[in-house]
Amino acid sequence: MSEPKPRAKSDPGILRYDAFSRINHWLIAISFVMLVLSGLPFFHPFFWSLTGLFGGPTMTRILHPYIGLFMALFFAIMAIRFFKVSLIKRHDIQWLKQIKDVLSNHDERLPPVGKNNAGQKLVYWIMVLCVPLLLVTGLLIWQPYFADAVPITLRRLAAMGHAYLAFLAIITLIIHIYSGIWVKGSFTAMIRGRVSKPWAKHHHDLWYEEEMDKERRGKEHRGKEYREHEMSNQQHPSMTREEPK
Amino acid sequence: MRGEQINSQNIIARSATSVPSPQRRSGGVETVTKLIDVSRCIGCKACQVACSEWNDLRDEVGTCVGEYDNPTDLTPDSWQVMRFNEHENEQGNLEWLIRKDNCMHCAEPGCLEACPAPGAIVQYANGIVDFNSEHCIGCGYCVAGCPFDVPRISKKDSKAYKCTLCSDRVSHGLEPACVKSCPTGSIMFGTKEDMLDLAETRTDFLKGRGFENAGIYDPQGVGGTHVIYVLQHADKPEIYSGLPKDPRISPLVEGWKGIPKPLASVAIGLAAFAGFFHYLAAGPKETPEEEDEEVEKEMRADEERDQELEEKRP
Repeated sequence: MSEPKPRAKSDPGILRYDAFSRINHWLIAISFVMLVLSGLPFFHPFFWSLTGLFGGPTMTRILHPYIGLFMALFFAIMAIRFFKVSLIKRHDIQWLKQIKDVLSNHDERLPPVGKNNAGQKLVYWIMVLCVPLLLVTGLLIWQPYFADAVPITLRRLAAMGHAYLAFLAIITLIIHIYSGIWVKGSFTAMIRGRVSKPWAKHHHDLWYEEEMDKERRGKEHRGKEYREHEMSNQQHPSMTREEPK
Repeated sequence: MRGEQINSQNIIARSATSVPSPQRRSGGVETVTKLIDVSRCIGCKACQVACSEWNDLRDEVGTCVGEYDNPTDLTPDSWQVMRFNEHENEQGNLEWLIRKDNCMHCAEPGCLEACPAPGAIVQYANGIVDFNSEHCIGCGYCVAGCPFDVPRISKKDSKAYKCTLCSDRVSHGLEPACVKSCPTGSIMFGTKEDMLDLAETRTDFLKGRGFENAGIYDPQGVGGTHVIYVLQHADKPEIYSGLPKDPRISPLVEGWKGIPKPLASVAIGLAAFAGFFHYLAAGPKETPEEEDEEVEKEMRADEERDQELEEKRP
């Protein structure tokens, strides 16, 4: 028999994002990137050539709002599901104060955090602010459907707001994508759903402890259930008998 | 002279374009101006008909809504409309103020500033602001940019339309169709200098007739316009069916289209680079080896505990 691998390596780890969350996330991610690529040409002519990706300038103008509707729908679902884990706690403030340690990879100096760190929570809250406002301002300037019915000052305000909000959202998106590349294991977590226990302990200690507690309690519970089940089997032998024909 | 149909080579401004446009032939081109003398207009609408005729526009025949205005507003097929206002002056007398409403051809056009499509709006050396509909994407930003509420988006093809000041006629040495058709000489056409001179003599004449506040409407908030009015009451342009008193490009449009956008574009680029260079400097964030060992220990402890529990089972 070969030597057993260390448990931490062979362990399936902890489920961080279930399949629904992952699909939800990537539907938003893909549509968000498409929105950025189709929106930037109207933000500054420097990006005009991106309209070529969407079948030309007019086609880009037509498609952009529909992609927006699609994303807003799936974002709403994710925003509701991720609400609780995104509430900002006291340790998050401390984490943010030590942002220098975060950036210089001095993780040992950081306070333990929950399932999401303050950076992830900020991404959540900035997007929760931006996406609904982008949706509303976008609807107000949507040609040929709504724009003509909107008072001109409101239309100008919406056009300006849409541009600034998009800028904020794009910067946030860049930080979000970079974090996924920078923090090893986080990208895999969003693809495959699971993280290793050492990873969880290192990056999200409070969440790790929570999950381990659950696991222990689960084992105890399952053990108890198993014993009860055995006993009941003894009391009711009829249950193991074949069904009558 | 619509954009690419004839290469005018005297384009002094082009939408969504920061590099110079071909303007070698802008030398010796004088700016043109259409002068609309409201005091001489009889409201016959010959200009409206001439506009439709020359530009091959056939708007839907509307219904009478109880006023002379027909159509009641500019449309993608009506690039100019006559607006009639029954104004009661201080003496309690009726003044029928009839204004020919169309694109003002601003020297600093808000539509051109707001337009995101390169080359969809151009400004020629002669001052005409023209929509090159071939490049129009139908976003409606020009509508938001215009201080006079002139451009209209067509339901048929989702392109923006407005008065061209008959740029095709002007480039061949003809006056715009509306000017040619006017039976009272209320609409005049020539160089801006000449038109301002002419307007001056008209305002002097009106002042002599008792219109103390007669004056020229050539709003400086948009750098002056290439369509100017002679008004009997230049102090109150609003009474001419809502002619804005001090039109300028909305600060909302300036704040949206001005310097913030190139700055923001640079910031987006820098943000991406910042990530790359941070990675070079600080390296990836990895889980240290010790963490593996710690978790390993914990898991062993858990397992032992499980086994103990197992042994205690009856």
